[in-house]
Amino acid sequence: MSYEIKLDVFEGPLDLLLYLIRKNEIDIYNIPVALITSQYLGYIDAMRSLNLDLAGEYLVMAATLAHIKSRMLLPAVDDGGEDEEAGEDPRAELVKQLLEYQMYREAAGILAVRPLLERDVFKLGALPEVVPDSAGRKDGRIEADLFELVEAFRRIVAGLEAVEGLEFSVEKLSLAERINEIMEILSREGQISFSELVGERQPLSPGRKRIVYTFLAILELIKLRMAKVRQAVPFGEIRLFLAVAGEPETAKMQNVEV
Amino acid sequence: MEEKIAILEALIFASETPLAVEKVAEIFPDLKRDEVINLFQVLAREYERRERGISLQEVAGGFRFQTKVEMAPWVGRLKVVRPVSLSPSAMETLAVIAYRQPVMKAEIDRIRGVDTGGTLKGLLEKKLARIVGRKDVPGKPIIYGTSKRFLEVFNLKDLAELPTLREMKDLRSSEDNRD
Repeated sequence: MSYEIKLDVFEGPLDLLLYLIRKNEIDIYNIPVALITSQYLGYIDAMRSLNLDLAGEYLVMAATLAHIKSRMLLPAVDDGGEDEEAGEDPRAELVKQLLEYQMYREAAGILAVRPLLERDVFKLGALPEVVPDSAGRKDGRIEADLFELVEAFRRIVAGLEAVEGLEFSVEKLSLAERINEIMEILSREGQISFSELVGERQPLSPGRKRIVYTFLAILELIKLRMAKVRQAVPFGEIRLFLAVAGEPETAKMQNVEV
Repeated sequence: MEEKIAILEALIFASETPLAVEKVAEIFPDLKRDEVINLFQVLAREYERRERGISLQEVAGGFRFQTKVEMAPWVGRLKVVRPVSLSPSAMETLAVIAYRQPVMKAEIDRIRGVDTGGTLKGLLEKKLARIVGRKDVPGKPIIYGTSKRFLEVFNLKDLAELPTLREMKDLRSSEDNRD
């Protein structure tokens, strides 16, 4: 799997081109294609060395630029006006696209500075109030991230090491089964702590395999958005919750990033 | 008149969504549409005159009370302010949809020069954009538009209130003044 790290500076090839045009103080209607192409390719190379994967659109634009450049080099052939594009500037199409894009980008800028709901203006009772810190100790949960979950897993396995002798597992486990078991507990109890879950029914030695399966099952449930993990305080107990479908809108919004 | 304005104030206050003129006209059957609009305007002016924290704003085809922009830093202390966070690419996509709707994804991709799939999905999830229908051409592509929530979030009365785009020819004529 490759991860695309977007250079936040550019929104795409058109944005990059507009940037180069502005940077070179070039007239957009008279773009020196050779110069812009070489600079563009320079940026592509730089981006490539930073990114594991470069969006294909950048390469398409590089090809387009090269094509325009080659057409500019050809003498304007006048074969009796047969060719409908004979008189047309090879850059015209690109310029039109750049202008159009620029127009919408400006529009986006104008929209962004409007008074935004829940940023600049607020309507009646639209958002939950801040939970004060004192009360927050009990109720203010923080979302546990993957690293904390892995850390908790590591701790339990490390604790296991001490008591581990030879272990013969007679228990048959499957991931699907474990997922179902956890979902059963969750739908019954609504929540359960991570350590309860791995120690459950076998308080003496949960067995490495069981812990691993439990851990995998939890990850799978989180991925499927059927469960959530939360932690009340950093390094505190991690609790697993049933992901409720009918959550308040605002709570959902907090987790979504475009 | 005074009593009606008091009732209107209560109605707007209690309404979950921006209160439309039509709704009020149903409640006051003896009033003409113009008279209802007038009631709204009188109340809005009154709120404007009193230099307090609330204003009556026309958004998304109705009226709602909302805090004034100047109050944002203070209200922010009370609320868990989690504004609709929109990336530049999301804003660009939203602008294209807003101005060109109904619009196909292919058209948005063409204008922005990049694939808009992920961004578009985000806008749909945030309910700022919506699927309007399918275009009656081969392949029946989905066409997109902005939602009512878009108007609410961006404080717009209707789509006509969107700032006018500089036309292409205006851009052309102003090229000489460019830096």
